[in-house]
Amino acid sequence: MNRKIIFQQILVFILFVLLWKSVIFIFKFPEFILPQPETVFIEWYFLLKSGLLLNHTLVTLYETIAGFIIGVLLGLIPGYFIAKSKQVEQTLSPYLVALQTAPKIALAPLIVIWFGFGPLSKIVIVALIVFFPILVNTIVGIRSVDKNLLDLMKICKATRLQIFRFVELPAALPVLFAAFKTGITLAVIGAVVGEFIGANSGLGYLTIYAAGLMNTPQVFVAILQLTVLGIVLYLIIDVLESLMIPWYKNKGEKDVVRS
Amino acid sequence: MLLEVKDIGVTYTSKEKEVKALDGVSFKVESGDFFSIVGPSGCGKTTILKIIAGLINSTNGEILKPEDFEVGYVFQEHNLLEWRNVIDNVILPLEIKGVAKEESYKKAKKLLKLIDLKEFENVYPKDLSGGMKQRVAIARALICEPEVLLMDEPFGALDEPTRLKLNTELNRIWRKTKKTVIFVTHNVSEAVFLSNKVAILTKRPGKIKKILKIDLPEERNLKLLDSEKFIKLVLKIRKNLEYFKEK
Ligand SMILES: Nc1ncnc2c1ncn2[C@@H]1O[C@H](COP(=O)(O)OP(=O)(O)OP(=O)(O)O)[C@@H](O)[C@H]1O
Ligand SMILES: [Mg+2]
Repeated sequence: MNRKIIFQQILVFILFVLLWKSVIFIFKFPEFILPQPETVFIEWYFLLKSGLLLNHTLVTLYETIAGFIIGVLLGLIPGYFIAKSKQVEQTLSPYLVALQTAPKIALAPLIVIWFGFGPLSKIVIVALIVFFPILVNTIVGIRSVDKNLLDLMKICKATRLQIFRFVELPAALPVLFAAFKTGITLAVIGAVVGEFIGANSGLGYLTIYAAGLMNTPQVFVAILQLTVLGIVLYLIIDVLESLMIPWYKNKGEKDVVRS
Repeated sequence: MLLEVKDIGVTYTSKEKEVKALDGVSFKVESGDFFSIVGPSGCGKTTILKIIAGLINSTNGEILKPEDFEVGYVFQEHNLLEWRNVIDNVILPLEIKGVAKEESYKKAKKLLKLIDLKEFENVYPKDLSGGMKQRVAIARALICEPEVLLMDEPFGALDEPTRLKLNTELNRIWRKTKKTVIFVTHNVSEAVFLSNKVAILTKRPGKIKKILKIDLPEERNLKLLDSEKFIKLVLKIRKNLEYFKEK
């Protein structure tokens, strides 16, 4: 990135803060409606220093990652078999459509009832939300394999496993990584919603708790922290992507099916 | 004799529609032949190669071929794995067979030299030109040292000068490796230039209309293209093709 761009980015940040301050100045908002930016940053600093924020962050991080991994595995495996078998697909297709249209997040209260106030219920919610886009994109990815490549593998007398390793998996990876990126964003949302409904720790819990006390600066801090968490997780997947599929870079994004 | 195709017929059935692609195709290929198949688009040329390779089964007829018959196949599109660089694409068939990496690389390097792509072994397919990709596909088909090389319009998508260059190269490879090649094309001049036998197919459903011996010296070069003998052969084949006849 060149200097000019960085300079402009900093400029946008300063403008944003100024706009924030002038809104407060013009409308005379009290602290509990819209706190001053510096109040938020000071609150952020103290919450970090006390270790409280870190604890809540780790809880949400744990729920997000655990749920994400489970959701990914649950999506990948049936996705592969659905992609490979017309019969399996036809059998499952009405249920897949139902799953796609169902607002999965609406199940969250039920899941909290079933799995309790601890991290487990959030992991289940996250896994449930992540599952579907991974499933659909696994199907798309595996299907995107060129028929001629499969013929080539057949001529070379490749085994099922070799076909998967040499052709199907690498061909599907670009689509899968795009789905992982969608999935990790959804995962954070899932964890937070779960914590809203019923929890005793986590950044979602912190948000709700602070809001209940009208501690608006703390609400802002929780949201900022969630944003940072989301960005970091996204970047990790981005780095993994460029490590695992270096041949793919600069080739333009593949279409992702979102749910 | 290496291979005999006996009275092959193929009918594709897809959703209430039947397409008769081949009807009673017979021919023999001798060891060391460069056997070309020419015919109009959609007459079943690819289908013939796929049957010989064992990718599809014929509806009737049979193919007599040696036991543990191995083929190298160059597809109509280059068909490289875009996630592998040139040399890893070339060794793929050996990797599937479980041959040690070192040995595979040694073989691949020799082949890359043969096809004049030695400096490109670490390049990914997206950074190669169409002609280079096709050459890599040929090296990959050769690496298992198959008895027969099946080539499906390998140069169909290339511009004229590149195609002529690769034709000359292929002739050199054929002479050097003494491989049997079955080569599909719709380009008559290319077929004559490369082959010692040319089979002419009719429109769909494909039948063998004629098989022609090409009585030219094994070594072919661009000067040949202007020779009277060459042009006569091309014209003779063209007369047998039904490009302009209505059904
Ligand atoms: N899988 C398939 N299902 C149904 N019909 C098919 C299939 N493959 C080929 N055909 C039909 O069979 C006929 C012969 O196809 P083939 O691909 O062998 O032709 P070709 O001579 O190789 O043509 P081209 O020169 O255009 O490559 C065509 O009419 C095609 O539409
Ligand atoms: Mg064809």
